[in-house]
Amino acid sequence: MRVDLQDLVLNSKILKAGQKILFSGTIYTARDAAHSRIIEMLDSGKKVPFELKNAAIYYCGPSPAKQDAVIGACGPTTSARMDIFTPRILKEGVKFLIGKGARSKTVVDSIKENSAVYLVATGGVAALLSKTVKRADIVAFEDLGPEAVYKLEVKNMPLIVAIDSFGGTVFKI
Amino acid sequence: MRKIKSEIIVNAVENLCAKANFELPLDVLKSLKQSVVFEKDIAKSVLKEIIENADIAKREQIPLCQDTGTANFFVKLGKDVNIVDGNIYEAIDKGVSLGYIKNYLRKSIVVDPFKRKNTQNNTPANIYIEIISGDKIEIAFLPKGGGSENASSLKMLTPSAGWDGIKKFVLDNVNEKGRNACPPLIVGVGIGGDFASVGLMSKKTLLREIGSENKNVFYGEKEKELLNEINKLDIGPMGMGGATTALAVFIETRPTHIASLPVSVNIQCHSFRRKTVII
Repeated sequence: MRVDLQDLVLNSKILKAGQKILFSGTIYTARDAAHSRIIEMLDSGKKVPFELKNAAIYYCGPSPAKQDAVIGACGPTTSARMDIFTPRILKEGVKFLIGKGARSKTVVDSIKENSAVYLVATGGVAALLSKTVKRADIVAFEDLGPEAVYKLEVKNMPLIVAIDSFGGTVFKI
Repeated sequence: MRKIKSEIIVNAVENLCAKANFELPLDVLKSLKQSVVFEKDIAKSVLKEIIENADIAKREQIPLCQDTGTANFFVKLGKDVNIVDGNIYEAIDKGVSLGYIKNYLRKSIVVDPFKRKNTQNNTPANIYIEIISGDKIEIAFLPKGGGSENASSLKMLTPSAGWDGIKKFVLDNVNEKGRNACPPLIVGVGIGGDFASVGLMSKKTLLREIGSENKNVFYGEKEKELLNEINKLDIGPMGMGGATTALAVFIETRPTHIASLPVSVNIQCHSFRRKTVII
């Protein structure tokens, strides 16, 4: 199923755990260090460098782009490391989380409460995923190198709905 | 005494960094292609993506995974070779720095565990040297991602724990942490030695090829037993169910103290990158 982020924002409940989708739209990369900074900014009342409401966050630290390439290899990193930040991020309005691996029960509950969705990309297929990125711009924390926040335009990114907005999950634990 | 310039080592290491990160070894590909035949649904589609990714990475010479890893080197250094203008540690680090910068590989090492400033060139590498006879240098490179390394553990068991204790530790570890480590996994198990050596031993097993067995029949059987049990856990490719949770289990052992039964599990993700050069 092909889905566009814009359509999903209005109706995230159409996604069900286990579904395979081809996802298109604007997503923001953020991993450990960027999450930490975003939370600090929220706590101190500073403006966060991108709009969190209805945003999609991709747990990814790409490798550097070759000359003439849009981006380097850009697969997902382990989502569980972000579990500690996720309930707060979802409370601020983030709607889609993209990463790899299972999440804590607290995160599953928070996803349900906020009608959000957790999607997974296959880890370690970063060359393949890089082909779905049509544009990449650094929007914040450039000093963090691979952990900077990139705004990515993706087209037909292969994802699986891992935790849906009803709390249904694809992981067998 | 054979004399060589450090530049030879630098160039060889630079080349290893690129090739290992762009090209999945044939034994790994072969094993994945065997699994894709019998898996279905999500497990099958994940395996297909992994195989397709290997094709793209090799063709375009781009990294298989964005996490191009900590640079681990296992070196067999012949005692009859002399590096005339430097030393092996500096040469390898220089090769890593050039290899990671020139080939657009991700630099993932931070200077200090708390300050966390990036070293910008992926050094220092982890370099383990064994002195052997002869005048050759064998350099095995194992770039290893953080996600799978984080899923590894070590425990100081005592002798009464026996094989059942070892088995429980390995299976519990895979069951608790395996889903987040990009399965199908390769599970390296070190048994014996002491606290320091057992961890290294489990990592060093990862130089073995998939399909190889421990030369000791007893441990060869134990490898099969563990692989079979791990693949019953229904973790599957990327943790979403299936019979392919691990592609291989490698056990290595060494003599240990009468009071101890140390065990270490080093988890390797499916992007099982490694390459060796002999100089």
